Amino acid sequence: MSAAGTEAPPPAADEALGGTLLAARGLAKSFGPTTALERASFDIDPGEMVAVMGASGSGKTTLLHCLGGIIAPDRGWILYEGRDLGAMSESERSGLRCGDFGFLFQSGGLVPELSCLENTALPLRLNGVGRRTADARARERLESLDVDGTAHQRPGEVSGGEYQRVSLARALVAEPAILFADEPTGALDSLNEEKVMRLLVDAARRSNTAVVLVTHEARVAAYADREVTVRDGRTRDLAPGAAG
Amino acid sequence: MSFAHTVLGLLENGPAHGYDLKRVYDQHFGQDRPLHYGQVYAALARLLKKGLIEVAGTEQGDGPERKRYAITDSGVTDLHTWLGTPEAPQQYLQSTLYTKVVLALLAGRPAADVLEVQRSAHLKSMRELTRRKTEGDLAEHLICDHALFHLEADLRWLELTAARLDELATEVNR
Repeated sequence: MSAAGTEAPPPAADEALGGTLLAARGLAKSFGPTTALERASFDIDPGEMVAVMGASGSGKTTLLHCLGGIIAPDRGWILYEGRDLGAMSESERSGLRCGDFGFLFQSGGLVPELSCLENTALPLRLNGVGRRTADARARERLESLDVDGTAHQRPGEVSGGEYQRVSLARALVAEPAILFADEPTGALDSLNEEKVMRLLVDAARRSNTAVVLVTHEARVAAYADREVTVRDGRTRDLAPGAAG
Repeated sequence: MSFAHTVLGLLENGPAHGYDLKRVYDQHFGQDRPLHYGQVYAALARLLKKGLIEVAGTEQGDGPERKRYAITDSGVTDLHTWLGTPEAPQQYLQSTLYTKVVLALLAGRPAADVLEVQRSAHLKSMRELTRRKTEGDLAEHLICDHALFHLEADLRWLELTAARLDELATEVNR
């Protein structure tokens, strides 16, 4: 998000980024002596699904965290709808994370003390939506993912597949423009993996939500429109028509 | 797999006799099935006819005269094209890929590119199969899943090999 360092500054909002929803250039991020990202770039269009692949420790999760405004890169810039994330205040970024951006992680993330319905409604409640409306929309979302039966259960009382579908319901309830999914099926068996991925793709397509899908599983990445590979903190785009 | 291309790849390291080619081939690729001399000379004859190799000299020893063969410029171009072309994603193609990777390492070519081009072709295939299965009935779904799991196994091999390229380079150039 920061434009510090030697990277070129982000282009102005009205400059040519085409129809790109989110664009990032020259991202670098280190944690102490460890370099996680080094000159990483990324683009995603509205409604597009891009898989970010790479081995463990390649920097793909750090890239997702930077793109989603969870952490700030040391160098480089990120534009969302032409707005520079680095120039936003923390509260503006926090607003994005509760509205325009949705998040789905491999495991955990649901608040154990809240019911699945309350968990799903949480992003709306944090955005100031009234309880009745938030609950109604959350229930609708749970129904669409076939987990409305969990509404009054706590996350610890549902199966792994149901847990991820509730997490997906929560990630999509505020109808984000971008869903950031980090190994969303990593803890699931093959059957549940497929169920979650099909629901995710279907829901994202219907609401024209772009999806940044971090995975090391080719089978999961194959649901995406294209892949970006991260190796040693650098991105490499694999064009959809490449080879063969 | 094109055996003639393998011979071409071995000749890129420098001119060699048929005997040398068989020895180097067996060293790198003949673990299960050592080559017959007849196969080497048949491949050399085909390559000569296509102008991809030429006779670089003839030596008279105790036995019959021995020809040394060298790769031509057309041969280098042909080899380059073959190495850079992904194999049609299918089951059990590791042996062909392994050959391409070893030949690239022997010749000092970027072996990682061979793997990357193949990886891209595999991912493309997997995307198409995933699309087919999500649109098809259960039978189609199961058929596509079978193919997907096999392609995934290939991809794991590609990624593992990419991570071990330095080690493999040391081994083949020993």
